[in-house]
Amino acid sequence: MQWRDVGVPLAVFLAALALWEGFVQWKHIPPYILPAPSAILDKLIEDRALLFSSLMVTLGVTFEAFVIATVCGVALALLIAQSKWLERALLPFAITLQVTPIIAIAPLLLVYLQPGNAVLVCAFLVAFFPILSNTSLGLASVDFGLRDLFDLYHASAWQKLIYLRLPSALPQFLAGLRIGGGLALIGAIVAELAAGASGQGTGLAYRIVEAGFRLDIPRMFAALALISLSGLAIYGALAALSYLLLRGWHESARAVDE
Amino acid sequence: MTAIDGAEAQQTAPALVSLRAVGKTFPNGLVALADYELDVREGETLTLLGPSGCGKSTVLRLIAGLADPTAGSIEWSAPQLKSNIGFVFQDATLLPWASVFDNVFLPMRLAGLSREASAPRVNEALAHVGLEKFARTLPRELSGGMRMRCAIARALATRPALIMMDEPFAALDEVTRFKLNDDLLALKRRLGATIVFVTHSVFEAAYLSTRIVVMSRRGGRIIDEIAIDPTMARDEDYRSSKSFADICRRASQALRISIEEATT
Repeated sequence: MQWRDVGVPLAVFLAALALWEGFVQWKHIPPYILPAPSAILDKLIEDRALLFSSLMVTLGVTFEAFVIATVCGVALALLIAQSKWLERALLPFAITLQVTPIIAIAPLLLVYLQPGNAVLVCAFLVAFFPILSNTSLGLASVDFGLRDLFDLYHASAWQKLIYLRLPSALPQFLAGLRIGGGLALIGAIVAELAAGASGQGTGLAYRIVEAGFRLDIPRMFAALALISLSGLAIYGALAALSYLLLRGWHESARAVDE
Repeated sequence: MTAIDGAEAQQTAPALVSLRAVGKTFPNGLVALADYELDVREGETLTLLGPSGCGKSTVLRLIAGLADPTAGSIEWSAPQLKSNIGFVFQDATLLPWASVFDNVFLPMRLAGLSREASAPRVNEALAHVGLEKFARTLPRELSGGMRMRCAIARALATRPALIMMDEPFAALDEVTRFKLNDDLLALKRRLGATIVFVTHSVFEAAYLSTRIVVMSRRGGRIIDEIAIDPTMARDEDYRSSKSFADICRRASQALRISIEEATT
């Protein structure tokens, strides 16, 4: 990665912010219609205690859901990899969960579960499928020559799993993590919005709903900025993890190097 | 004495493994081998030559236990030979995430041996193929020829009595191929293992082998068998000798029959 990979988008972003700031100042647009970036920054500093505690709640749920989705996704992928019958039996349920919009499931979950748990389940449901499907694909994509090699040396099923199938599945698993990480945050936010609409919750999305009711538009933008930054941070961390683990041997890490 | 005539001694060497009336029919009905008979004799470098799809690779896979025959039997002179076979595939077939050392260590790891206990053998195998300085390198950082050397080191590491090589140098450029041919001959002299080699190349077959078996396109029928004096020096003089030309001509004729048979 070179300076232009970071520098160019950063320069474009700062230019857009400057344009936005200039436009708002020039046209004297009131902050309850469109706050200037400086007003949003002021709001972030002013409400930092409240916003950061909400951010921690949202990130906490996102992280928890992401970990559970990773463990369950990998476990189910391993189970499915053992037998075509299990795949036939279980995969339709996972796909059904994936294709049903989470925004439609969230209100129902809020009826049956405590708001905190409903948010957790929502975030889990959206993060789970990409991890499952990517890991399954990875486990099934082992090179035929390497399979023959392991058969030649009479490797046990366990040895094939540890020394061949899991490392082979690593690139796809990590791609699943990158998608799942971002989706866990989206799932948590969606569920918080649904919970917030019913007057429950303490996460960042709830702060947006609450600020909307009060027409506190700068706070809405401030919360939104924190959500975007969190999403970027999650993606960045998982992309870095992927690079570290695949560096030197996988084409995806090589593309980053070039 | 010509190269072809001078190979009587090795014809009498005991068979390491024998294929008796072996048939292999795939589930889609394709008959790869029918009533196939072959003795792999101790110490020889046997090359299976034939057009694509003639069943050469199937023979290797059957001997290595990677596939089962649908008819006939495979008989071993000693059962323990069957469990220690070296195999070099057409691609180097290396674990891309593992270093050269770890790739060569793999057969020992799968046999339950520790890294420390296996290190001398791994290093010895790497020294045989001239890769001792690349033990920590990942396969992607190696050239095609070096990757193939690594695969050969892995096949040698368990010190097998029988090594299968399935068109190992097909994807390499001519210069690398010639170099690896010479290296293989040197290894063969040093280690004495029996080699079953598969190739499309008449010249490679004539240069490396002590016996060439030319297979027909259909059912793997043996069209010709050419024995080559194992004591003959294999060097540049040999490549330009009359013996070499005679062997190539005879193998080419047999190969032409095989190909014509396929198109009629």
